[in-house]
Amino acid sequence: MAEAKLAEESVLTDDLLRQLINVGEVDILVGVPTHNNAKTIGTIVETIRDGILKFFPRERAAIINADGGSRDGTPELIANAAIDDARPNSKLYTLRTFHSISTQYASNPARGTALRTIMAAAELLRARACAVISPESTQITADWLTTLLRPIYTEEFDLVLPTYSRHRFDGILLTNLLYPMTRALYGLKIREPYALDFAFSGRLGSQFLTQNAWHDGTAQTGSETQLTLAAIAGEYRICQSFLGTKEHGERHSADLVPAMRQTVGALFSSLDPNFSSWNARTGSQPIPTTGDVREFTLEPLRLNRKRLREMFSTGIAELESVFQSILSPSTLAELQQIARAENVPFRYSAELWVKTVYEFAAAYHKSVISRDHIIQALAPLFRGRAFTFLAENSNGSAADVENNIEGLCLEFERTKPYLLEIWKR
Amino acid sequence: MRQMIIDELTQAMQELTRGFAHILPRIIVLVIIAFAGWVVAYLLKMFLRSILRLIRFDKLSENAGASQLLTKAALPSATELLSRFAFWVAWLGFILLGVSVLGILGLQDEIARFFLFLPRLFVALFILFFGLLAASFFSRAALLAAVNANLPSPRLLSVSARTIIIVFVLSMVFEELGIAEQTVLVAFGTAFGAVMLGLAIAFGTGGKDLAQQFLEKRFAFGKKDEGKEDELSPL
Repeated sequence: MAEAKLAEESVLTDDLLRQLINVGEVDILVGVPTHNNAKTIGTIVETIRDGILKFFPRERAAIINADGGSRDGTPELIANAAIDDARPNSKLYTLRTFHSISTQYASNPARGTALRTIMAAAELLRARACAVISPESTQITADWLTTLLRPIYTEEFDLVLPTYSRHRFDGILLTNLLYPMTRALYGLKIREPYALDFAFSGRLGSQFLTQNAWHDGTAQTGSETQLTLAAIAGEYRICQSFLGTKEHGERHSADLVPAMRQTVGALFSSLDPNFSSWNARTGSQPIPTTGDVREFTLEPLRLNRKRLREMFSTGIAELESVFQSILSPSTLAELQQIARAENVPFRYSAELWVKTVYEFAAAYHKSVISRDHIIQALAPLFRGRAFTFLAENSNGSAADVENNIEGLCLEFERTKPYLLEIWKR
Repeated sequence: MRQMIIDELTQAMQELTRGFAHILPRIIVLVIIAFAGWVVAYLLKMFLRSILRLIRFDKLSENAGASQLLTKAALPSATELLSRFAFWVAWLGFILLGVSVLGILGLQDEIARFFLFLPRLFVALFILFFGLLAASFFSRAALLAAVNANLPSPRLLSVSARTIIIVFVLSMVFEELGIAEQTVLVAFGTAFGAVMLGLAIAFGTGGKDLAQQFLEKRFAFGKKDEGKEDELSPL
């Protein structure tokens, strides 16, 4: 009966199970979720292989590719990356076994399913440490492997998140919502709660696999964010490691709504089950960080700020009926006021932005309308906040930008009682 | 002559008395059934009201946009309305059951027809409610998608989506109730076809440039990098 249930719930196909049984047990597993990444995957897999040979020559290691139905030969490129194919001039040799496994989990890509497949494989292979590398991380170096895996393998950490050097305007959703809100609620200064390159321990992976979120479908979107939040709520040991400059692949979408679903949606949906772990926390603490200190780059960009403001104003005008269900009358009135103001400089203040986000979180908790619609309705308001952030930091130095973000974080922390008040109302 | 009149009157009185004596128990049964029906209907109303409050039916109705319609028509809340509706249907059912005991010829067929109609009425109400819910959901989805895609006239798209769904739902409701089935079907087909044809012509002529711009933007025809702005990645 139990076996039947296991088989029914397993995400591992028979073919993958056979491959995993052939591998046996490993110390290190590197997962690469892919979908039509043939252009970049070759270099990435070679770098991963070099990293393992260089830094973990005595460990049993494997690469697993969870593919979402590629039609460009991506899985074959990874499966062929066995140890025998190592470049003759590399001078790198492993003393233990090294395997490459590839599986197609579905005909359509789904990051949640890919991560679940990698985690289930890690559990079956009894991997002590597992790293997940994005197929779009073309800036990967062999050092990433030790940077991500060493804290878990030797220092008993459970989750290693990356930090990057970014352009001051890159990742505005992270700097203006995800980082400050996660920090204010859970009390930890995690710069990249949504990570595509990270590593986790076997015990965290096994615990995350048992989460209800897999069964009710909420973990399918934003599973990376959910993993971070599950690690915080479960009081696992978390650290962050510097991986260098963040570069976005050519297919990296600038589409805001899917990005918000993966991050803000996951953060909001985690608040209900984790209420007891965030409601009483105050202030915030730094977490162990290795590597260089992250810093902002300042090269000029050609940005269309006018479009952001226009889309904010259109959103406020067109979505009034939706906002009436979500926001308090005073917040909505303030937003309408700044949307209509023409003779004064547009400014969506940090105070109003924090209040807006918290009211959205409470509305999400109470499901006042469809939860996905709540996330979509936040997108135009975020554009308004992004406009203000760009304007406030247009001539700012890296330190100024950092101070601006720190100020926003403190505002999120200061206003947390307001969230608790409207949460219970 | 006089005696004949007296006899006829006496006989009529006796028949009237006999008839009244014959129907009196039935009337008493009718009153008892009506009273019992009132009690059952009242209990049903209270039970239904509690259940609907428990599942926050008013909130659901508000989301469906049904509450706004009720408020405009100066009607009570959806929970109250549905509870009262159940009460009256149940009590009317009991009264008709009692009336059937009277044995009035022809009335029993009508009563049977009424009871046969009830399930269709409930199905029609079910379709109407969930149809309004779907109309509200999809019109809001269209509105949000249009706003986030920066499309022109998002509210027009939203209202169009809502109108099409409501017209479709109403045609289903009328069909279920058996009211002017053929007329509704033909009217719906004609109206729907006209709307689609209108939209096609409007898009083909008025929206030619818009469609061209959209396709150029979507598939990046022409000189892509000339004057291109940098895109911000939110993550």
